[in-house]
Amino acid sequence: MRATNTYDAIIVGGGHNGLINAAYLARAGLRVVVLERRHLVGGAAVTEEIFPGFKYSVASYVVSLLRPEIIRDLQLARHGLEILPLESTVTPLPNGDYLGRWADHDQTRRDLYRHSPKDAEAYDDFATLMYQLAWAVKPLLGVVPPDPISPGLRDLKTLLMLGRHARGLDEKRFHALFKLGTMSAADYLDEWFESDPLKATMSASGIIGTFLGPRSPGTAYVLLHHYMGEIDGVFRAWGFARGGNGMVSESIASAAKSHGAEIRTGATVERVLTRNGWVHGVVLDDGEELTAKTVVSGVDPKRTFLGLLDPDELPDDFARAIRRFRIRGSSGKVNLSLSEAPEFSCLPGGGPHLRGAFSISPSLDYLERAYDDAKYGGFSHRPYMDIVIPSMIDPGMAPPGRHVMSIFVQYAAFDLKGGWDDAKREAFGDAVVDTLSEYVPNLADSILHRQVLTPLDMQEQLGLTEGNIFHGELTPQQLFFFRPSPAWADYRTPVRGFYQCGSGTHPGGGVCGASGRLAALEILRDLRRRRGAGTTAAPGR
Amino acid sequence: MRVPSAVRGTPFHERTGPLCQAGNWRRWAGHFAASSYEPTHEHEYQAIRSACALIDVSPLYKYRLSGPGAAALANRVVTRDVDRQDVGRVYYTPWCDAAGKVRDDGTLHRLGASDFRLTSAEPTLTWLHENARGLDVNIEEETERVAALALQGPRSRDLLRRITDGDVAELRYFGVMSARIAGIAAEISRTGYTGDLGYEIWVRAADAIPLWDALTAAGGPFGLAPAGMLALDMARLEAGLLLVDVDFIPAHRAIIEGQKSSPYELGLGWTVSLEASNFVGRAALRAERARPPAWRFRGIALDWESLEAAYATVGLPPQLPGTTLRDSVPLYAGGRQVGYATSRGWSPTLKTYLGLAHLEAESAVVGTALEIEVTVEHRRRRAGATVAKAPFFDPERKRATP
Repeated sequence: MRATNTYDAIIVGGGHNGLINAAYLARAGLRVVVLERRHLVGGAAVTEEIFPGFKYSVASYVVSLLRPEIIRDLQLARHGLEILPLESTVTPLPNGDYLGRWADHDQTRRDLYRHSPKDAEAYDDFATLMYQLAWAVKPLLGVVPPDPISPGLRDLKTLLMLGRHARGLDEKRFHALFKLGTMSAADYLDEWFESDPLKATMSASGIIGTFLGPRSPGTAYVLLHHYMGEIDGVFRAWGFARGGNGMVSESIASAAKSHGAEIRTGATVERVLTRNGWVHGVVLDDGEELTAKTVVSGVDPKRTFLGLLDPDELPDDFARAIRRFRIRGSSGKVNLSLSEAPEFSCLPGGGPHLRGAFSISPSLDYLERAYDDAKYGGFSHRPYMDIVIPSMIDPGMAPPGRHVMSIFVQYAAFDLKGGWDDAKREAFGDAVVDTLSEYVPNLADSILHRQVLTPLDMQEQLGLTEGNIFHGELTPQQLFFFRPSPAWADYRTPVRGFYQCGSGTHPGGGVCGASGRLAALEILRDLRRRRGAGTTAAPGR
Repeated sequence: MRVPSAVRGTPFHERTGPLCQAGNWRRWAGHFAASSYEPTHEHEYQAIRSACALIDVSPLYKYRLSGPGAAALANRVVTRDVDRQDVGRVYYTPWCDAAGKVRDDGTLHRLGASDFRLTSAEPTLTWLHENARGLDVNIEEETERVAALALQGPRSRDLLRRITDGDVAELRYFGVMSARIAGIAAEISRTGYTGDLGYEIWVRAADAIPLWDALTAAGGPFGLAPAGMLALDMARLEAGLLLVDVDFIPAHRAIIEGQKSSPYELGLGWTVSLEASNFVGRAALRAERARPPAWRFRGIALDWESLEAAYATVGLPPQLPGTTLRDSVPLYAGGRQVGYATSRGWSPTLKTYLGLAHLEAESAVVGTALEIEVTVEHRRRRAGATVAKAPFFDPERKRATP
């Protein structure tokens, strides 16, 4: 075997978490290689010029909660990452009106007041409570999930730290936290607000990436995520990467390379190689073998444990838990190249609203009906959509005067009745354009190019099992020490030397990067321990 | 006779006035300057870093030096060697009093062999005349006569190329050229106060409105936005650029000796050409260079974890400034105060809380661990900070010529 095929660590999958993991390991002095199946790194965070002159953030399209310590540790700004704030969310309404929430507090208050004076007040109270709760929950994001059933010393320390931190919560806030963990987004918001478009738009954050409707229990929790950034010193953590979401991946890859990591594209890992319960390398689809005592998977839990490994190598209960892990795809993506700026009939002409997001979520019933369509194996004929126009704030995304529009669409069943084909993909795309045209009359005539991704496309093109954008739904029973499975939520796996670092591990979800970083810190801890014990962790020991 | 107004609009006010939705004005050298145009300044900052922004910098003091003695006068005043300045080049430079203490800083544009424009933050006419004795030079104040707009940001070149007859694309960093912009005679310099790709455009005040209109008419596709002083202040902090009256006190305004700084103490040693002709303060600076300066000017980066810990004592996450703070706060090393930070703020691009600081030389080595005073819920606490190199943000595009 060639010496060049031996590494300290192999990372399977060059998505943002895999790259972050590689960068941290390389920074610690390890000889690292990232193996990416596609011709470019980034996984679901890629920018591609599919139509000449127009750049699409093909799948993920905003930067949500990317951990600021990662930006600092890896000096990502120096490697080309610039995040531009997503300042507003406007919900156009069928009656020609709109509901807007803006960067400026007074402006938001005026807009809410038009719809409901009570909601305008409640909104501030809600924000205060959520800020407090986000602060209470925030330490969870930064710790390796402890094992509460058979805790080790460090687990106990973590539990104690979390307990101390949570002690600051008074009764009212504790109750609110419990409700957030158990209720549906719609029910929770009903306790606070009366304006339907406000409730619908806020509830949308709870349904994204799940095969659930706003009235399904367990959807309230993600409301908290939107307040998480406020306490990170990030100020509007939600934003666009200049140059599209691919720049997130490229800047991390550049940082990883600056620390000596090797990145191989066009390298499909066929199998993870094990011997006597230890990992010892991977084999590529062309038969090439690479060896390492540490292998890290950034791909989703299903592919990691049911695809890359032989499930026989796993304990039965663990393999069963992974099979049961809920990873139902529910969303699609439509990217448009436009010959002119879209004109929303609720706010005609240009203006700062075009730099923000548009949410097609006029009412809770609208969202729930969109879910109904998909529940029985279809796609929403009038879907929920989250729309941004990146070229409005980052003009480099399209030729001067022209625009790109990114449309996140929910719902579309992965298991579409009769299966997805080209005609159904286009019908899905038509449903999106037709629905949006009701609010943007000049849309249809200005489309120069359209890219439609169904959940199946996301599985086939991006490797996301069932097209689930989070590598598994972000619902309470799949979070923290349940992610992806009890007892194996600390980035380790039943195969020694084999680790997981993708979005299917805690905390997961969005372009956050915490999974990749925490996994790297755990790996380095294990390596130190092995060295400290005076053993070289030879396979077969 | 009418009483003159204390504050007046710049030549662009007819356009900037109605644009300022925030109603948030401040004074700059007797003129109205928008703090922000929009209700919040975030987008204006992002326009500087990601698209392009228009900043009205007309209140700068501007002087034209011409005639056979112009170069000699410039050489007598500024610390840099004007003999080496080619026509079409701009020097950033401080100038000092006889004791070698900085009076002011600005840019010196060499528009012709004997034709210079000097910009300054402070009125400088008398100082120039005092130093012009015996020289055949014409000194003309053009502060009111010349309007100035900074066009800053990564798309500024693309925009300018569209409406300029000159070869703007070839204009190098700190170069200056004459050109017509939509038919208006202008000097365009590759300069600015943002640490990004950018230009400053100098036109007759009478041409200000047509210039503004031409730029804004063509700017839409490039994400052009007017930006105010709050956004500019964030960008210049990331770029590590000094601000007069904040990061240093002009020597001639100092009440006590301790308020004065030499160029070496402000990190401007690179601008001091001791071999140049006898500029004001040279002897003092030569003597100072023989022994290392007692103070250094450096960047500092606050340590996030310790800032979190300081706030956690009261159960709060860190409360960060949304704008650049300009009050001085003490810095400590080994339990002793070793300096003070004069500008501080959160960098949205670097996700770091940054500052510019005066430090005793022995504590000024990059990487030195410091403590900075932070006020947490009305109580003084300390957080960790590290001496860092400025500029903090220094993109290639700032200097690059395509």
